[in-house]
Amino acid sequence: MVKNHIAKSFTGGIKLNANKNVSSSKTIAEQFIPSKLIIPMSHQFGPDAIPIVKVNQRIKKGELIGEPADKNALAVHASCSGQVTAIEQHQEPIVGEVSSSTCVIIQTNKDDDVSHQKKYWPRDTQTRLNLINQAGIVGLGGGSFPTAEKLNSKSLNCELLILNGAECEPFISCDDVLMREHATEVLRGGMAMMELVGASAILVCIEDDKPEALNAVYDAAGQLNSKLIQIVTLPTRYPAGGEKQLIEAVTGKEVPSGEYPINIGFICQNVGTAYALDRYIQLGEPQINRVVTVTGQGIKNPQNVLVPIGSPISELISFCGGYNDDVSHLILGGNMMGYSLHTDELPVTKATNCILAINKSQEEKSTQIWPCIRCGDCASVCPAKLLPQRIVKAYTNKNFNKLEELGLKDCIECGCCDVVCPSHIPLTASFKNAKYLTEEATTHSLLANEAEMRHNLKKIRLSKEQMKVDRLHAELKSNVRGDNRKSMINDAVNRSRKLRNKK
Amino acid sequence: MATATLILSGIAITLAILLMLAARYFSSSTNEVVEKIETLLPRIQCAQCGYPGCRPYAKAIAEENAEINLCPPGGDETVRRLANFLGREFSPVTEPVKAANLNTVALISEELCIGCNLCSQACPVDAIVGVHQRMHTVISEHCTGCRLCVSPCPVDCISLIPRHG
Amino acid sequence: MQFTITKAPYVKPITSIPIVMRHVLYALIPALAAYIWFFGFGICINILIACIAAVVSEAFMLYLRKQPITQGITDGSALVTAVLIAFSIPPLVPWWIPVIGTFSAIILAKHLYGGIGANVFNPAMVGYAILLLSFPVEMTHWAPPLAEELGYEVLGFWSTIIYALSSSLPIDTNIDAITQATPLDMIKSGIKNNSTITEIRMDPLFGKLGSFGWEWISIYTIFGGLYLLYKGIINWHIPVSVLTSMMIFSALFYAIDSDQYLSPGFHLLSGSTIIGAFFIATDPTSAATSNKGRLIYGFGIGSLAYAIRTWGGFPDGFAFAVLLMNSSVPLLDRYTRPRIYGKS
Repeated sequence: MVKNHIAKSFTGGIKLNANKNVSSSKTIAEQFIPSKLIIPMSHQFGPDAIPIVKVNQRIKKGELIGEPADKNALAVHASCSGQVTAIEQHQEPIVGEVSSSTCVIIQTNKDDDVSHQKKYWPRDTQTRLNLINQAGIVGLGGGSFPTAEKLNSKSLNCELLILNGAECEPFISCDDVLMREHATEVLRGGMAMMELVGASAILVCIEDDKPEALNAVYDAAGQLNSKLIQIVTLPTRYPAGGEKQLIEAVTGKEVPSGEYPINIGFICQNVGTAYALDRYIQLGEPQINRVVTVTGQGIKNPQNVLVPIGSPISELISFCGGYNDDVSHLILGGNMMGYSLHTDELPVTKATNCILAINKSQEEKSTQIWPCIRCGDCASVCPAKLLPQRIVKAYTNKNFNKLEELGLKDCIECGCCDVVCPSHIPLTASFKNAKYLTEEATTHSLLANEAEMRHNLKKIRLSKEQMKVDRLHAELKSNVRGDNRKSMINDAVNRSRKLRNKK
Repeated sequence: MATATLILSGIAITLAILLMLAARYFSSSTNEVVEKIETLLPRIQCAQCGYPGCRPYAKAIAEENAEINLCPPGGDETVRRLANFLGREFSPVTEPVKAANLNTVALISEELCIGCNLCSQACPVDAIVGVHQRMHTVISEHCTGCRLCVSPCPVDCISLIPRHG
Repeated sequence: MQFTITKAPYVKPITSIPIVMRHVLYALIPALAAYIWFFGFGICINILIACIAAVVSEAFMLYLRKQPITQGITDGSALVTAVLIAFSIPPLVPWWIPVIGTFSAIILAKHLYGGIGANVFNPAMVGYAILLLSFPVEMTHWAPPLAEELGYEVLGFWSTIIYALSSSLPIDTNIDAITQATPLDMIKSGIKNNSTITEIRMDPLFGKLGSFGWEWISIYTIFGGLYLLYKGIINWHIPVSVLTSMMIFSALFYAIDSDQYLSPGFHLLSGSTIIGAFFIATDPTSAATSNKGRLIYGFGIGSLAYAIRTWGGFPDGFAFAVLLMNSSVPLLDRYTRPRIYGKS
């Protein structure tokens, strides 16, 4: 029998209006095929892949189109069959902003030719990790961290594999529906991961507002009949799905500042990633699609869709019935940690867990900002136990030492403080900017240190050269004195005459 | 009344003497002040203040021979910090337009360079290399974007580009 | 299609300063009702005068400081200060008492320190302390609660307004006939004259637990305080620690000598203990910000207030206790800073 654990909670956090039923009440739509694909060659971590296809080349679904730049890098595959129409720079959303990178543009056809087939799953850990990289598998929680790298525990001992199905952000339900419909695959993928890292158990963590997913996972775990799978119910509170918060909630331990969970013996993986790994092991399918929640009051027909990577967001929205008239914001990710896009002509990437279209009244933030009244509410909801009111003050004063001391780096940018602030101070936005400025200031100060050193070296060099010249002059001067004088002057006059005659 | 006046004046005079003594014996040495001022400056040795480098300028400030608003790369932010530290009046930076910027680096256009060597002599951090009569180039990791090489160039072949990208 | 770009999070904040201040004012309604029942509507005049003074001085200071005036006035913080001052002064005072109190609160304690959110000391308590030190006579004349039933002379509606505006009473009355010292005051002077508490408490001004009238006002104030707790506007730490420390010290000394020291119940339900614990000590700006700090802060206020009441020169030391603890807040905040996640 599968054990049922109920976890305590983590420090801070808030209860939010989940808004998940809008999209989670329907099953995953799996028949979406866009007319064109924009597949980025870039990865959020590691070097870009090198495109190996040519324009006009016909390709099959799952075919390799971008070769890894080195042996630890990730490959890129075609997510539908079709024909390459261009290889060009195209905008794509990457870590909080929109930037340009090389993309392969594919005109899709409806043939759906599949190139991949089930491969041999080797026993050797290193070979397995290489295969995971070649399948282009990255974490689907939103960070897009290469899965092989995360599963590579190196010399560190991993006791526990934590499968993160908490999905605490409002509106997003892609992990929820995935667990409802594919619990067995998720658990099987998790077991493969566990075997790979040598952990002794899997903890599947699910928030208690997802009873269907919990039941499905229970049933699947019963069928798999493994004693190593344990299921943990978490009280629903944002940000329970944050890696550090999840670990605090289920194990009571804290990940040391600036380190990774593996340093204290845990590895956290998203349930979607486990599913992708299982697809690869069972079918040989590389990571070419993911479940995306398309939701919000701005969407006519909100639902979860299995989206081929590289599909244009605009086509995905049309698939979901298009926009409602009053839509004003398009957000990538949830409404707490997502970021707004100016256009929908962007591809869905592996980090795209949710497309949220909302109207003005939902986003509405008063433009009025009051001074901080030191109520301390921000500090009491901060899951990183920081003092946002003090950090924002240090940020206004550009006091970088203070920012460092107050733990700016440990801010997880969850946005809880913004929600409770009665003065409506844009705290999280300030902290993001503060992080950027701190980084800039650090590089500048390194540069300045070096400049100072080089300037001093140059001064020393110049003064040495000057001394040499001075010494030479002094030598000459002393030689010129006395009897030598006349003959030396004559020599010099002769030399210059000779030169003149030559010309 | 008279007693109160006397006592208060007495206290005032004693404190004044104490303050005077403290100012004389506990003042931080000029060297420390110069070092502190230097850390407040951007330290990219651009010499646009008219002094040959940041330390000479810091020294001039400490000796109250120089205004605190002569540093274009530091911008108003630096002036404000200096004003705060030294208790002097804030005024905006002179000539902020030509400001050197740590986010830029110099680039020598290789087709145009005649190898006159003037830029490498002007560079305060020896970030330009090249042999006489041959093409010169900027080592961008060491370049501070100070623009000192721009005006000596007889063929105007030096431009500034963003540091990354 | 083009979309607007804004920064995360895309969630409406759950509250705002005007909402918080409005709830504080709502929470004072039960206390106000009880106050009017026992002491007449003098407090309403004081509230009105104090509010006008608050808005005028707030607008003036915002103008001088070149801050947005409408935003500063509509946040309601000045009104809360004004109402709290009106609650702490006697119901029957000349008009310039609330005006001076409010002016000192808003101008001295609030804006000279940098306006809302920057004041080190609780503005209402600064205003009250200045009044108490400058006008001790006016500030200690309280009309007795339910004066008519206790056999005191009572001022009519118009006479009250006339007194408030011109400090003149009808010809056949004088101020001593219609006012009384507060029970805490009587205890203080009584003990000085070697009377025991039991003897002093024979006076009809004393009730079952605390002082007559005040005990009921305190009980109604608790309802307001509970409302604030329920709404999440104040944390439980400060009221609980203020009341606990008050209780611990009074119980301790009451157990030692019940003739010289008042009972815990009396301390809790007289003077400004309850309103102070729920409404004054909880002012976020001048209080400690961490929970641990709040507990120490509240404990300090409760014990200092008890000490000033029992051994100090003033019958009710709550204002001074709050101001003293205000000055220790930076230190408390410094030493009760929470440990950052993942740092040892």
